[in-house]
This record gives sequence, C-alpha cells and structure tokens, in this order.
Amino acid sequence: MNQAILTKTYPEPPIDERAILRYAGCKEADDAVRALMETCLGEAHGALSYRVCWVELPVKIDKNRCDLQYMTIESKDLANNLQGCGRVVLFAATVGIELDRLILKYSRIAPAKALLMQAIGAERIEALCDAFCAELKNGCALRPRFSPGYGDLPLEVQREIFALLGCEKRIGLSLNESLLMSPTKSVTAFVGMRE
Amino acid sequence: MQFSEFLEHNIVCLDGGMGTLLQAQGLQPGEHPEYWNLSHPEVVTAIHKAYYDAGSNVVSTNTFGANALKFSADELDAIVRAAVENARAAQKASANGGETFVALDIGPTGKLLKPLGDLDFEAAVELFAQTIRLGAAYGVDLILIETMNDSYETKAALLAAKETCTLPVLVSNAYGEDGKLMTGATPAAMVAMLEGMGADAIGANCSLGPRQLRGVVGELLENASVPVLLKPNAGLPRSEQGRTVFDVSPTEFAEEVARIVAKGVRVAGGCCGTTPEYIRALTEKLAALAPVPLTEKNLTVVSSYSHAVKFGEKAVMIGERINPTGKKRFKQALVENDMDYILSEGVAQQEKGVHVLDVNVGLPEIDEVKLLRETVCELQAVCDLPLQIDTADPAAMEAALRRYNGKAMVNSVNGKAESMAAVFPLVKKYGGLVVALTLDENGIPATAEGRVAVARKILACAQSYGIAKKDLIFDPLAMTISADTSAAVTTLSALKRIQTELGCHTLLGVSNISFGLPNRDAVNGTFFALALENGLSAAIMNPFSADMMKTYYTYHALKNLDENCAAYIAAADSFAPTVVATAAPAAKTPEEYRSELQRAIVKGFQEKAGELTAGLVQTTDPMAIVADEIIPALNIVGKGFEEKTVYLPQLLMSAEAAKSAFEKIKQHLVQNGEKAVGKGKFVIATVEGDIHDIGKNIVKLLLENYGFEVIDLGKDVAPETVVAAVIEHRAPLVGLSALMTTTVPAMEETIRRLKVAAPWCKTVVGGAVLTKEYAEKIGADAYAKDAMETVRYAESVLASENHA
Repeated sequence: MNQAILTKTYPEPPIDERAILRYAGCKEADDAVRALMETCLGEAHGALSYRVCWVELPVKIDKNRCDLQYMTIESKDLANNLQGCGRVVLFAATVGIELDRLILKYSRIAPAKALLMQAIGAERIEALCDAFCAELKNGCALRPRFSPGYGDLPLEVQREIFALLGCEKRIGLSLNESLLMSPTKSVTAFVGMRE
Repeated sequence: MQFSEFLEHNIVCLDGGMGTLLQAQGLQPGEHPEYWNLSHPEVVTAIHKAYYDAGSNVVSTNTFGANALKFSADELDAIVRAAVENARAAQKASANGGETFVALDIGPTGKLLKPLGDLDFEAAVELFAQTIRLGAAYGVDLILIETMNDSYETKAALLAAKETCTLPVLVSNAYGEDGKLMTGATPAAMVAMLEGMGADAIGANCSLGPRQLRGVVGELLENASVPVLLKPNAGLPRSEQGRTVFDVSPTEFAEEVARIVAKGVRVAGGCCGTTPEYIRALTEKLAALAPVPLTEKNLTVVSSYSHAVKFGEKAVMIGERINPTGKKRFKQALVENDMDYILSEGVAQQEKGVHVLDVNVGLPEIDEVKLLRETVCELQAVCDLPLQIDTADPAAMEAALRRYNGKAMVNSVNGKAESMAAVFPLVKKYGGLVVALTLDENGIPATAEGRVAVARKILACAQSYGIAKKDLIFDPLAMTISADTSAAVTTLSALKRIQTELGCHTLLGVSNISFGLPNRDAVNGTFFALALENGLSAAIMNPFSADMMKTYYTYHALKNLDENCAAYIAAADSFAPTVVATAAPAAKTPEEYRSELQRAIVKGFQEKAGELTAGLVQTTDPMAIVADEIIPALNIVGKGFEEKTVYLPQLLMSAEAAKSAFEKIKQHLVQNGEKAVGKGKFVIATVEGDIHDIGKNIVKLLLENYGFEVIDLGKDVAPETVVAAVIEHRAPLVGLSALMTTTVPAMEETIRRLKVAAPWCKTVVGGAVLTKEYAEKIGADAYAKDAMETVRYAESVLASENHA
C-alpha cells in the first residue's frame, strides 16, 4: 500500500517574544534590544513561510529496532520514545529560505540583527512544529518530537527521511553533504501516536 | 522534422506524470525511479507508449533525478542509455500518426547552491553537463529542464545544456502559491535570465494545478518573446484512505489548460497526478486551437535572483559607489580584501533607493578576475538588486557574468572592433544588457552626429552576433563643461537622436559633466533633469547626492510618472541636507560616562557613535579617541558581559557602534594618508564541513574593535587554506570555530597541520560542542567560551610576545 505524503502551508503561528530573547542569549532586554527585535520581526515577517510535509506510517518496535514499513531504524532512544505507539508521523517542517538570506545578509553587515534573526528563526520553527503537532493530536496522545541527532539516533537517518518524503520538491528543503538542512531553520522529526 | 521547426508552427503537446504511475506498478517510496529504466524497461516503455498513444508530441525520458550525485558514472550511463531506448521503443510502437520527439528530462539536483546551500555553481553545471552529454550522445531530440525551484540552479542547468549540445532546450520552473520560485524569483525575472541565455521555451510546471498557475503563466506570456510552456499538476493532492489523490479531473484539467493555451501558451502537458487519460483529454481540446503567433515583446530588462527591472517610462538609477576611482577609502578596502566594507556600500545604496548597483573593483595591483567574481557572488548574498558588471577586462567580465544569478548589465562595450569582438560573444552566451559607449578607434566624436554614427555601427555589429537592439543601452558620454562649454548640449543632442532615430535606450554617467567645477552636485542635478527631459532611460549616479535624488523624484512627480506623488513624498525628507554633527556639550553627558561618545557606544547607538566620532576627529588625535573613549567604553560593556549584566545582543550592538566610530577614524586617517597601526594579525575560520559562522563573526567583530587585524577566511575552510593564510601573514594567532561534533576532527587536523607548518602560531578554539578538556585533547593552545574570552586571550598572547 502506498502512504500518502501530504504538504501543508500554515498561517503564521503566534509569536513568543520571550522565547526569541532567550534564543538570543538575553535574559533581560532593555529598550534598545526590544526595539531591534521589533525591527527584525517586521523585516522577517514577509520573509517567513510555514510549510510542512509528512507521512503517517505504521510502526513495530522490536527491542532497539523500529520498523516503519519503508525504513528500519536501529536506535534504543527512538525505540523507547515510540514504545507503545501503533503509528508514527514522520514530518519535515521549514520556515523557508528567505530568512536564511536575511541572516546571511546581516551576519556580514549587522551582527546584532543577525543574532536576532537567528533567534527569530529558532522560535518560528518551533512554533510551526507546535502548530503542526497540535493539529495531529486530534484525540490521540502524542509522544514528544524525536529528531535525528537526538540521543543515539544518528544524523545519517536524514538521508532516508529525505528520500522518503521528497522534501526538496515538496517544501523546498534540501540536505547538505554534512547532513545539515537548507533552509537552516527546519526540523525533521518522528512523532509517535497512541490511539 | 526537427523539433525547433515543429515548435515554430504548432502547439506542442508534452506528456504527463511518471512517478505516480510507477508507484502504482510497485515503485516503493524512497526507491529511485530511474533504476526502473533498467529493472523494468517494459513498464517504463508502456507508460511512454500510452502517452504517445494519447497524443503527446514529446515524451520525456525517465531521468528526472538521473545525476552523478545519486548514481555512479557507470550507472548513470546505463540509466540514461536505457531511458532513451525505452522512450524510442515507445515512439516506434505507438500508433501516434503525428510528429513525435524524445526529450531528455532534467530535474533539480536536490541540493541547494551556495551561498544558501553547499553545492558550488560550477559543480552544479558539471553535474547537469554529465547527464546532458549522455542524453545527447544517445540521441534525444531536445532537452527539457523542469521543476527547478531556484533560479541559480536553473541557470547552471541551461548553461550546461548550451555548453554540451546544440539541441533545443525547454526550461520550466516550479512556482509557489505566491507566484515566485522557492528562492524568490518572479516569472519576469526568470524570462529575463533564460531568454538572455537562449532558452527555446520558458515555462511553469508542477507544484500547483492549472487554475493556480494562471497568474504565473500570464506574467510569462507578457514578458517572453519565446514560446511559453505549461505543465501543471492535476490540481492539489490530498489523502484519501492513505492514498494520494488529485482534485482536478481529466476533463476539467483539459478545459482549464486549453483556456490558457488559447491565450498564447505554445507547449502544454501535465505533471504530478496526470495520466495518459488527462493527456488524451488535453490533446482533444488542443486540436481545436490554432497556435497563437509569437510576438517580440521588445523589453529592455535586467534581473537579479528575485526580480526584474524594466527600462522604459521611469528612469533607472544605477548606484556608482562600488568603484575605487577617486575614493581612497574604497581603494584601501579593495587592497585589504575588506569585503564587508564593499557590501555595506552596496546595501547603503539600496537603502537610498537605487534600482541597480554598478560593480567596479578594478585596481592595477589586484587580481580583478578573482575579485570581481567574488564581489558579485558576495553582493548577491546580501542584496537583491540587479548588478552592472563594470570592467575593462574581458576575462573578469566573463568570470562575473558566469556566476551572476540573473541577467546582468554589462559595462561596457564601445565602437572599437577589439572591444566588440571581446564583449559581444559574452553577452550572447550569458545574456545581459550591454552599455555601449559612443566612441571608437578615432576617440569620442566631437559632434552629436558623430556619436550617433558610432551608435549605428555598434548596433549593426551587435545584431551580427545575434544580440537584439533591446539588449543595448547607449551612453552618449557626458564630458565636462569646464573644458568645453558646449559639451552638455552635444551630449543631450546625441542622446535625443539615439532615442528617437535608433529607437534605443540611453544611459549617462551624469557626474562627469561637472568635473573641475565647484559645487558639482548643483550642476549634476540640473544636467540630470535636462537629460531626463531628453529621454534618458538610466543614470549611473551617486544616490547620496541630495541634488540628484531631488531631481529624480521631482522629475517623475512633475511628469505624471509618480502616482499621487507617493514616491516623492516618501523621499522628500531625505533631501534635507544632513546636519554636520558637532560634539555634544559636556553638560548633557550623564555622570557615569566619560563622554557622549562613550555613552553612545555603551548604549549601542550606532549612528550617533559615528557622528560623534566624525566631529571629534576634527579636533582630537584619532589614537587618543581610541585609547580614551572607545576602548574604555568597550571595556565597560565587556565587563558587564562577563558579569552577566549585559547580554549578547547588547554586546553586539555596542560592538557595532564602536565599529562605526572606528570607520570614521579610518576614513580620517586614509584622507590624511596615514595608516592605522594594528595590534596584530588574527586569522579566523569556521572549520571544514561546518557552515555555522555567526559565532565566528561575533568574535571577528570584537577582535576588530580591540584593534586586531582580522583575516577572515569564512566558513567551511579547508585545513590547508588556514595554514597557507597563517604563513602568508605570519599571523601569531588563529581562531577556529566548530559547531558540530562531526566537524571537530577537521578542527583537530587543522591544528595538527599548523603545529607542523607554523609552530609560532597559537590556536584558540570555540563553538557549541567544545569544552576546555576537548580543546586540550585536540591540541589547541586555548579554549574560549565566548568572544570576550577570545579577545582577552589574544591580548595576553600579544602582551607576552612583546615581553619576550
């Protein structure tokens, strides 16, 4: 049976300014930092897009082995995370390449703005993942998102995830040689579902 | 019949989807469909045949992802060969009685190009060339480059096709719901670039259904003089009991596509979700339509990776500031390879409202080929304006045009045979709008008549290279009225005649008119107005000149070219002359700060810090300003950061304020022929394989603040590059940054090589994954947890060296 891989563009999730400041390494913000954050948020607004592609797969756990129909992953930590789940959603989310351009631009000419743009990106992608998972919930219990690089789940799994989801074509997300993603503000993760 | 000939006179019907049909036959998600050319040739051939039978004129080979990133050279060869054979077998077996062709299908590499991703442009060109070379050798009739969502990768693919074969090339992009490519290009921008490079058809495919692509296709039709292609999805996908289904039926699809074809599309087919059934419905609809004749749109246009700039009613402003001529500070930046300074000049002009940036980095003592290419790439990473490549060196021109993402302006060609022979082939190959100076072997003609004659000669020669009139913009040369008071009259007369008699666009480097006169801006502004009234299309100008900007905005408002005078009103405030900053009275300085400048730096007021310093250098020894004002201010902030009362954003804002103060000091020193004495050299890099550079950039900024001469090698830097730079500069210090555990071995290797080749040099390392213990283990001399610690360590090293 073929599983449908779906794509969705989300409206802008609510902004958590305190989280942005935290990502920027700022416990207390004075007026100048706040003003700079506002400017950056204004500029970033038009640059952000919120896209997710995902597939829902049956999962069987056998000790450390997670059998996801099209991919089999050996990982104790992922197996623990998915224990007791009958199905798992594998998703890739991104806030788009335009924010990378802004980060790239300001890292050359205005490092403070670059730092805040980075922080905005970090907060935005988390907010997008939250919005996506909130929709997934739909009555069933979700496990915390689990991404390649967490615990003993190797980054190499990214290659299989990209091959399966076709992230390049669906949401414009690509994988670099060093297994990092472009756009940088992107997440791939497994979410276990319990009926 | 040749495909080009068929395309000229007919509506061409392409095929439909392949992936979904293969999946129905058992292709697993994650499996490469290209292997099926070898493993299941009968399945692939049957699908191709079904499309030919349904009425497709062109069937695309099953080679969408066939590239050397995914397959070995032997596999790639076998796959492309089998793919062409399968398509040919289907063509032979089909009952299609019309003209049929086989296209080599070329999809994206799946990698994003630098600077946003990690694939080098030339590497991308070579990847595409490998596949296209095979396709051409195995005998396809044409190349179909499709589903490209990035303009730079599209350029790489088209360039590869043009350099590899002489087959017709159709180029199609995947536009998003916002009507742009993933990396930002509009359809008009894509047409400018692709038509300039000689694409045989330009189009849109995938991502959306025919209805959602209507706007994109409309924009393509408006701008393209070559045939337009449309290959939409069968609407939008949704999940039905775990299966993907599309929401547009074959009949609806055919009706919708046919409606758009009636408006002028000349090549049509289907993408994801479409099947032979869709194509059959489509060919039936298309049979009733006559091809809409192609029309020459005659647009003079340039583009960047995001948008096109058209030359026409409104004048185009070209910023002239990226140019060392007469600018000591800029020359110094070039010699020191201070790219950040050059980039700031670009961004500052963009903020002033120019439409295009001229880029000239020619100095006798530098490698212009390398630097011009690098500057163009770096500018395109921070600024979305189209660029004007300004050089007298054809090799530098080619290097820059090749790497340019879009259709550039080319500055310049002139009527000399040698110049035309060097420049026109480059414009033909890479596309471009070329500035043509009306001078030749006999110099600059003294009369308007003479300049028009040179223009005619250039025009004729360009046409012999296949370069259309619309891709030339003539510069009738502004010469100073201080030498010849009739100079402006002659230029204006030539300008008007070129515009009316030749029907060509014109451009001037306005400020030349006032050379040798006092208050040049006043003369420039008025001359600019006269030139605009005589039909000037574009000006190379200084956007920081209030007189020039005043003329630009008032002219357009007065000529009914500025709706509601909106642009004028928005810009009006900026014409007010800037007040020269004077040192603020001491009484206003709050007690905890030594001076207003110190306060401005601590508080992170960037502009204020610059203004105050500009005033101070008039009366105070620059070195005293650094020692008594700037460094103490930075120390206050640095100490606060270490004590955790000041946070990273504030530290950076202060550092930027200090930087703008330093810039004023540097300008002052350069003007007076002095040179700032650096504390010492510091080579900095993010190690190989790692692309995180924000931490490294913060360290660099602070080191510069504290007077170090920082040699920034960038990110993803190979060990040998670091070693070579340390030896070249005999740098006493190297800073290496790594953010990922996977790249720490590269850091270790860099340190190991440095110990052998540059034993005098101390290494300090930092980055998220490092600890003091880890740093010791890989042989670093020091670990710094943040930028301030790096500064402290660097100062301690230099102090002990001076001691010894």
